[in-house]
Amino acid sequence: MRDLTRRRHRVGEHLLQGVIYLCAFSTVALVVAMVGYIFARGLPSISWEFLTSSPSVLKGTIGILPNIVNTLLMIATSLLFSVPVGIGAAIYLNEYARGGRVVRLIEFTVETLAGIPSIIYGLFGLMFFVTVLKLQTSIIAGSLTLMIMLLPTVIRTTQEALKAVPDSFREGAIGLGATKWHTIKTVLLPTAKAGIISSIILSVGRIVGESAALIFTAGIGDKLTGGLFSQLASSGGTLTVALYTYAMGRGESADLAFAIASILVLLVLAINALTMALGGAGRREKKG
Amino acid sequence: MSNEAARTGGLGGISVRDLNLYYGESQALKNVNMDIYPNEITAFIGPSGCGKSTFLKTLNRMNDLVDGVKITGEVCIGGQNIYDPRVDVTLLRKAVGMVFQKPNPFPMSIYDNIAYGPRCHGIKGRRQLDAIVEESLRGAALWDEVKDRVKKSAMGLSGGQQQRLCIARALAVQPDILLMDEPTSALDPISTMKIEELMSSLKERYTVVIVTHNMQQASRISDRTAFFLLGEMVEYGETEQIFSMPRDKKTEEYITGRFG
Repeated sequence: MRDLTRRRHRVGEHLLQGVIYLCAFSTVALVVAMVGYIFARGLPSISWEFLTSSPSVLKGTIGILPNIVNTLLMIATSLLFSVPVGIGAAIYLNEYARGGRVVRLIEFTVETLAGIPSIIYGLFGLMFFVTVLKLQTSIIAGSLTLMIMLLPTVIRTTQEALKAVPDSFREGAIGLGATKWHTIKTVLLPTAKAGIISSIILSVGRIVGESAALIFTAGIGDKLTGGLFSQLASSGGTLTVALYTYAMGRGESADLAFAIASILVLLVLAINALTMALGGAGRREKKG
Repeated sequence: MSNEAARTGGLGGISVRDLNLYYGESQALKNVNMDIYPNEITAFIGPSGCGKSTFLKTLNRMNDLVDGVKITGEVCIGGQNIYDPRVDVTLLRKAVGMVFQKPNPFPMSIYDNIAYGPRCHGIKGRRQLDAIVEESLRGAALWDEVKDRVKKSAMGLSGGQQQRLCIARALAVQPDILLMDEPTSALDPISTMKIEELMSSLKERYTVVIVTHNMQQASRISDRTAFFLLGEMVEYGETEQIFSMPRDKKTEEYITGRFG
């Protein structure tokens, strides 16, 4: 009888498998440990008052309501600036541009934009939007800065989504006498919807997580002015920026930083879950 | 223009004169002259890469979408040269519908697929669209199979049903001419048979031009057949004549299976 077992080989295989499992589990363990530590230090400081009041020496309150409002405004205005421009650019690159030097130049620019550290966007925003355009340090100046930072993500994800639409859909629509723009509006964009939505969610995640580009441009303000436009025009720190300023402070403010960190982590988890849910829905739709 | 129908009746006849088509430097169609008659099925046969699909697409200017294509010569439909710069291609494609090799329904409901073309051309009325959808689905012999689920996604239909849906979608804009680019090559024999039956009934109202790899199909359903080789139209005539006593040696060799 021929011996078909080879024990030594098996042992090596098992060992390697063990190492690989260890790598995988230590990643999970690191995340769980870090999130656990943040929650353990942060969650006890979160109270209704903390979430719904402004910091005031006179009233003796510490709260992050202005930062929450600033974050929401920053999300809304940044998306308002970056999403239409980004989708427009992606449609141009994918549907209208006919190869050649201009497209390569634009795509190279987009790639480069994506690779620039966010503090440099902050510096540019400070020089251009805050100083030259005289917007002061304000939420508007911050969101214009974020627009430039977000454009590569929006453009690239939208382009990917448009590329995934089969050419046969384009031919079908054109063959029925649809114009190019009509085809884009009625067939391409609806088909690419899931990808475009996930690019918007990704952008929200980046806005929520950004600090370096915002400290110089939107500032660290923590007051509520009472009006939408006055709030947009005044210095306003987002949650992440507030986390930074609290973490730089002394004593108990570190606990406040962890409290904000807990909220941010919860937000990121929620955003990830939403992206996954939508991604799943998109895939199901495609299978039909 | 010798094609009497193309000149006088206007509807459905196609007259092609000295048509040349270049992809960049290489010439894909060489001096094609041809008259296609209304209420007939005209089949284009020939080996892969012979230019038959390219030629089909010149008839509703789908080649406009391809980079670096240059076309000389004339294609007259209803007495009008469709390569005249004043021609509106959207109106041309409304008059000359197209069905593709792979069924390509849009990822929307059966109803919205059929209504897509009419809506493109400005028909918005609910009742009018309802009527068009039903009529088109009946015209493509699909109504009885889908009448209870026209609001459901077209992606749930079988391949053969999807192709008939694409035919219905093309009929919904009321074309005079229907171009079909190997419409059954992705389908099983039973679906193929249904589409062939459908084509035979369509020719009563439309001019049907079909590209096919399948010579039996051409001989079964078409009234006239054109044989293409290396960008040239080698022979064109009544299908019976082409298949029983071809005039050209190359046609004979191809239909008897000596190459291709």
